[in-house]
Amino acid sequence: MVEQKVVAATGNTVVAEAMRQCKPDVVAAYPITPQTTIVEEFAAFVAKGRVHTEYVTVESEHSAMSACIGASAAGARVMTATSSQGLALMWEELYIASGMRLPIVMANANRALSAPINIHCDHSDAMGARDAGWIMLFAETAQEAYDNTIMAVRIAEDYEVLLPVMSCLDGFITTHSIDRVSLLDDESVAGFVGEREAERALLDLEHPVTHGAFAGLGGPYLEFKKAQRQAIERSRAVVKRVGDEYAALSGRPFGVLETWGMDDAEVAVVVIGSTAGNVRHVARALRADGKKVGVVKIRCFRPFPYAELAEALSGVKAVAVMDRAESFGAEGGPLYLETRSALYDASNRPAVVGYVYGLGGSDVKLELVESVYGDLLDIAGGAAAPAGPVYLGAR
Amino acid sequence: MKWDISRMGEWTSDEFPLGAVIPEAGNSDDYVTGGWRSQRPERDDEKCTQCLLCWIVCPDSAIRVQDEKVTTFDLKHCKGCGVCANECPVDAITMVPEGCDLPEVK
Ligand code: SF4
Ligand code: SF4
Repeated sequence: MVEQKVVAATGNTVVAEAMRQCKPDVVAAYPITPQTTIVEEFAAFVAKGRVHTEYVTVESEHSAMSACIGASAAGARVMTATSSQGLALMWEELYIASGMRLPIVMANANRALSAPINIHCDHSDAMGARDAGWIMLFAETAQEAYDNTIMAVRIAEDYEVLLPVMSCLDGFITTHSIDRVSLLDDESVAGFVGEREAERALLDLEHPVTHGAFAGLGGPYLEFKKAQRQAIERSRAVVKRVGDEYAALSGRPFGVLETWGMDDAEVAVVVIGSTAGNVRHVARALRADGKKVGVVKIRCFRPFPYAELAEALSGVKAVAVMDRAESFGAEGGPLYLETRSALYDASNRPAVVGYVYGLGGSDVKLELVESVYGDLLDIAGGAAAPAGPVYLGAR
Repeated sequence: MKWDISRMGEWTSDEFPLGAVIPEAGNSDDYVTGGWRSQRPERDDEKCTQCLLCWIVCPDSAIRVQDEKVTTFDLKHCKGCGVCANECPVDAITMVPEGCDLPEVK
């Protein structure tokens, strides 16, 4: 483990710092609340000569991701950042980036989608892109946002993977709150991420190639999609290996999911992002009261850790899944659906209740989390599970 | 690099180049776009001034030129877009419908 500098900084500041330390060749980005300060601070690094990046100022996120795709196909290390409507505007390019197997790393400041207009945190933006073929990491804290950004570069550029990675942090809660963060030194990060060695690069003039070719009717489109599926399956091992190496460097363990109190828990909450802190806080108080409660935080949503989640939940009687996103018309939010799927083959299938909470930044009060554990303890005691999804705190 | 695609029809998902990259230059020659055509260009040698504008604008490089003079159309690649006929300053090119009696593809 290397010595680190401890700073008080916002999530966005340390993501910009991580980006600088990863030395991208190209950053093409468009500012959008609450991502803005990431690209603002990164632009300042470029202006001051603290990083030698071609910084492309574009007129929209559609163009931002398009420029990233071109640059990545050319062989560059490419990073960007976006949020909410910006991510939505990138929709078609998200699929192109993953289909072309381009290891772009993008920070996403999780924010609600319109309408009605809202600039605050929820996971609707990222969850809407969950089938786009990107690896998706989620941070609880500014520290995790910093760490995930650095790990993302290694995961994306690994030859076994070669897929884009989205590194998500909660809008305002994590992007704008000042947090205590340990930063690695520049040399350690540079050594950890190395240089991108692109095969089949457009700028390799010795070996001319065509990118973005047609594979239509009668062509191998199906085989290319299968190759993408195989790559994201292989990424499971790579995410773990990179996480272990990063843990050795930083002293901060990384898990595709992280558990608290799960050894003997009877009930558990599954959650993503900053709310995990609120949930652990409540769980700690309940533990002090003798209640056997636990917490499972998902840090890697794509590929989803089905086996690890089923294992973590193998001993519980009731599970609450807290979704900060909707999947209208489905049985519950995206995390609920994945959790239920993870448990289908389990020998002990606990009751699973879906909660939708915190949409558009609506407050995640501790009483609300307490009510969730209250429901779970009732169910464990024999009460019927409420029909979900329960809209937590909604009138 | 010379890319052997003779067995492409049997390739499995991990045999295709990653991300649908084509690792060989200039192989669009092997892609026969002539079959898309519903009209074919015909050039009137009397009217043609050999300005070579059609040769410049043809998006498929399907106009053959020898000794700085237009000779024939490469009907294996001409997809019948009509750009040449539209751009010819002396209207020397006419688009004629392809019938069932397709001309011999050269
Ligand atoms: S019709 Fe189109 S493709 Fe054919 S020769 Fe004319 S310009 Fe070229
Ligand atoms: S553009 Fe018309 S006149 Fe000029 S070379 Fe072509 S056919 Fe002849």
